[in-house]
Formats: sequence, C-alpha cells, structure tokens
Amino acid sequence: MRREGSPFQGLGTVAVKELADNLSSARMFVLEMLIVLTALAALYGAIDNLRQNTAEDPFLLLRLFTVDRAPLPSFIAILGFLIPLMAIGLGFDSINGEHNRRTLSRILAQPIYRDALLMGKFLAGLATLAISLAALWLMVIGLGLIFLGVPPGGEEIARSLAFLVVAIFYAGVWLSLAMLLSIVFRSAATAALVALGVWLFLTVLWPMLAPALAQVIAPPDPRFAALGLDTPDTAIWAQTLSRVSPNHLFGEAMLAVLSPTTRSLGPVFLDQLRGAVMGAPLPLGQSLLIAWPQMVALIAGTIVLFVAGYVVFQRQEVRA
Amino acid sequence: MSDDGNEAATAANDTAANDIVIAARGLTKRYNGLSVVDAINFDIVRGEVFGLLGPNGAGKTTTILMMLGLTDISAGKVSVLGYDPARSPLQVKRRVGYLPDTVGFYEHLTAVENLSYTAKLMGLSATERPRRIAAALARVQLLDVADKRVATFSRGMRQRLGLAEIIVKQAEIAILDEPTSGLDPQATHEFLGLIGELKAEGVTVLLSSHLLDQVQRVCNRVALFQAGRIVLMGPVADLARQVLGAGFVVEVEADGAGLARRLATIPGVTDVETLAEDRFRMTADRDVRPDAARAVVAANGSLRRLSVDEPSLEAIYARYFKTHKEPFAGARHAA
Repeated sequence: MRREGSPFQGLGTVAVKELADNLSSARMFVLEMLIVLTALAALYGAIDNLRQNTAEDPFLLLRLFTVDRAPLPSFIAILGFLIPLMAIGLGFDSINGEHNRRTLSRILAQPIYRDALLMGKFLAGLATLAISLAALWLMVIGLGLIFLGVPPGGEEIARSLAFLVVAIFYAGVWLSLAMLLSIVFRSAATAALVALGVWLFLTVLWPMLAPALAQVIAPPDPRFAALGLDTPDTAIWAQTLSRVSPNHLFGEAMLAVLSPTTRSLGPVFLDQLRGAVMGAPLPLGQSLLIAWPQMVALIAGTIVLFVAGYVVFQRQEVRA
Repeated sequence: MSDDGNEAATAANDTAANDIVIAARGLTKRYNGLSVVDAINFDIVRGEVFGLLGPNGAGKTTTILMMLGLTDISAGKVSVLGYDPARSPLQVKRRVGYLPDTVGFYEHLTAVENLSYTAKLMGLSATERPRRIAAALARVQLLDVADKRVATFSRGMRQRLGLAEIIVKQAEIAILDEPTSGLDPQATHEFLGLIGELKAEGVTVLLSSHLLDQVQRVCNRVALFQAGRIVLMGPVADLARQVLGAGFVVEVEADGAGLARRLATIPGVTDVETLAEDRFRMTADRDVRPDAARAVVAANGSLRRLSVDEPSLEAIYARYFKTHKEPFAGARHAA
C-alpha cells in the first residue's frame, strides 16, 4: 500500500526549528567551548613547535593540523576524540526527548510524515556540526596566518577543505548512532550512556584490543619475529580490525589528506616502493585516492546507521 | 488506480449524503496477537460531540491513533472525512485536530513560538499565521501570556494551548483525548465551555474520557468501551433506558401510614426501595412525581422532599460493569 503525499513535507520547518534549538542551547555552548579551548591549546603547541623547528615546508599550514607537542596531542587527534562527544551531545535525546516531553504525538498529528521529523532533526544536527567545524577550520587558518605569517597555497586550502568534509561525515556517523540510540531507548540517560560507552570502547579500548585479537586470529610467525619483523598476516588483521572504529578511519583519512607524503595506509612490501621518491609529496588527487576508502566508509556508516534508526522509528508506537 | 478513484468518489458521496464524518467498520488493532481494539463499528455525524468512554486500557486512545494514521490498522477500515488515514494520513491530519492526553510543548519556547511551529507544519502562510494564532490565543484566554515560556504554564493552560492549536488549524474534527483529566474544577468548567463553543461553530468533537459527568454534560452520543469492544452506544438517555431499565429515579421524603405500599401501586413504578423510615426511592419508566405527591396526600402524610434524578451516565456505567463483569469472573473461575 502506498501512502500519499510527500515525505519531505515539513522537512524544512523541522530542520530550521531544530537548528535554532541546537545553536541556542546551553549544551551546545559547553561542547563548543570544550572543543575550541582544547583545539586552541593544541594549536598553540603546534605553532610553537613549527616556529622553532621548521625552516621551510611547502605545506606549513597543514602541519598546524598534524604537528603535536607533548604532552598535548595534535589538533587532528583532539578532534578525532572530541567530535564524537559533540555529535552524541546533539543526538542522544532527539527522539526520546520528544517522547518524554510528550510533544511527539502532537507534532505527528500535524500534516507531516515521521520521515520529515527524523530527517529534519538529523539534517539540523549535521548542519550544527558543520557550522562548528567550519568555524574551527577558519580559526586554524586564521591563526596560521597570524602566527606563521605564510599565506596558504591553493592546494593547502583544498586539502584542508577535504579535512572539513571528512570531519563532517565522521561527526555524521556519531550523530546517526546517537539518534538511533535515542529511538531505541525511551530514556535519554540510557541512550547517552550507551552512546558514550560505544565511543569510549571504539576510541580507547578498541585500538588496544584489535592487535590482540589479530594475534589470536593469525598467530605471529616466529620466523618473522626472529628477524624483528611483523608477521604480514597479523599486521593485516590488526589493521582490518582497527578499521571497525570510525576513529581509526578518520585518523587514516586525515593522515593521507593532511600529510601529502603519505603513500600508503597499509603495510607495504619493499618492491612496491620501487621507483618511489621517498619523502616527495603526492599530488592532491593521489592523496584523496588513498583516503577514498576511508571517506566512503564514513559516509556509508552515517547512512547505514541513519537508515537503521529510520526503520525502527517508522515501526515505533507513538503513544507514550 | 481508476478503481481507487471510484471508491474515493463513492465514499465522498456517502459522506455528503449522510453527513457522516467518521465511519469505522470492523476496526481492529492487535498487538502480538492480542486484540486491543476488537472489530468496532461506529459512525460519527458532522457537528455532534461524541464521547468515547471506558476504563483505562479499553482501547480508546488506540482507536484515536488509528483514525489519525499514527498507528497501523490490523484489520477493518476507518474513513475520516472520506479519506483512509492509513493511505492518505496527510489529508486527514490537515483537517483533523488532535489534543493528546497530557499534551506537551517545547518548554523553552513561548506559547506563540510553539503555535507558530505547528502552524508552519500545517503549511499556513507567513501572513496568515500571526493572525490566526492571536485569534486562537484570545479564544482560549491565553493572550496575556502569549510571550511567556510554556515552562511556566499550569496544566489547565497547557490544555487550553493545545485547544488553541486545533483552533489555529481550523479543524473540521477535533479529537480530544482525556482533555480534562487532572484539571481542577474551575479549569474543567472553562475547558468544557470551550468545547461547547467549538460545537456551536459546527466542529465535530470526539472526546475520550473516563470522567463521566463531564462527558454527560457535553456529549450528544457516547460509546462505552470495554476490553477493546464498544458495548453500548447511543444518546445518554437511551443508554439509561437500556441499562437501568427505567429512566427515572424519584426520591420521596415524607411520612404517612403504609406509604411504601401506596407508592408501589402507582402505575409505571417498577421498584420502591425504603431508604429510611421516611425516605423512599422509586424507580419508574416515567416522571411519577405528581402521582407520588398525590399518594402522600392520600395517606395523610406530610411531604418534605420530592426529587427526580436525571439518568446519570455514572449510574449506567456502574450498573453496566456490575452486571457484565460478574459473568466474566465466573467464566474465569470455571475455566
């Protein structure tokens, strides 16, 4: 049976209202402050480091993103850690909040489909994250201009824009997950706890577990160990397992895009490097090609998790 | 495709002919094989106030949600203003206003902001919105708190704001789910007054409640739900005749020798109950007050009080569930 009317009716209205709510909420302000302050600290470290240690670098601006000075991690590492927190903060109560405020049945009694409500909330969340990340991006470039005094080249801007797009979809994965949990769990606290649990597991525990699991699946060969080398099978398994975590995918994609000298993200045999000029930067297209699988995985993750939430939401009972 | 078109046209004709705005036929909702709403039939005529009555969990809210297309229909069909809510929910929801039980609003937004959000969802133009919202808020007497946050509103104010939303929509049918539960008597009185105004404007009102005296005050017809079925339906007076047997209960306070016997011989009286030495309750199929007065005078008694009870829904309800629950209990014991 086909239903009549457009599923997008009211989408814009919902998205605009949710965006206004997101941007004006105290929660968003706190999360933004957290990210901006940590990012500023990381950038300060990076700028200090670059001023003292780098004589000449064709990609000085990009180094701002990736260089770190102990004890602070790099700007990218901080974003990889904090973007999920921001996305979860935006999404964990999006649907169950409507349930608990008892606004859901009133809103759905208006001439719109549920699709518009869910999609509008998702788009508003993604737009909020995109605005925040774009502001951060501008902040990095501005600080680079002020403190390093080197105008960025076209390729640097292009690469940092690629960073922005990947970061938005990385946030999208976590936003979709948080919204899925907000649909599945009626209590916002439960949804938030589960989302934070998944986040901690994937960003902190999984990088430690993945190599251990790889060693169980493909035990290291003592002959390689005797030579002081990693067993190829084990290394490949470790990498494959690590890539389950969006955090790892984000890190890999950023490495390829922001460090133009990156030639591969996996284990490489020596014969594959024959003829390569080590240390020479790759053209932008080639770097994007290296990061392409990671980018697609992040976009696909966003869509798959959103669709899962969509299916559950369509079948859910409205009554409280 | 053309078949559907014809069907819709026929449905529209039927609606126009009888002015039936909601028609349910064998409407059923099952959760995990358990029927929550079990093959109910009813017709609601344009302009009437129709009450859905019954204990909590009897299937009233589920029935309402099916009419709005907010929950799937397991079997049977319902037509609202000639539309099938499962198929064209947007058409239905454009014309029907719904006030859920314990309605919620966005607490951080003002009354006007809340209404203008839903008004946008209704698709009203930017010029139309402020006009309709101001008019609706004036109708429900919330104009002076229009720019206050809803977080500061009392329950009665929230219910009135919910009603304002229906007025903004200019709905042809207003569906109110437990609109007065949890309101204080003053707020209840005001709210029922607003329902009366809606009715006077020709809006069809569907009211679900378990508070019987209120339903009786505003409803033209009622349907009594029990365990997912409509067990009784019709105007309150008809139900009284059906369930109570007789429509009138007359109380007499008087003394006089052998009065109880005299009262019992009045034609039309089916039962005389002696409440106290000088108080009697008569059940009759007509208003027997004049005859009762004559009987007291004939017995040389002094008549102190003579009153008649309107047939009350409360009595119908109590009597119905008293007589219809026991067989069930018996059956369960036997099983």
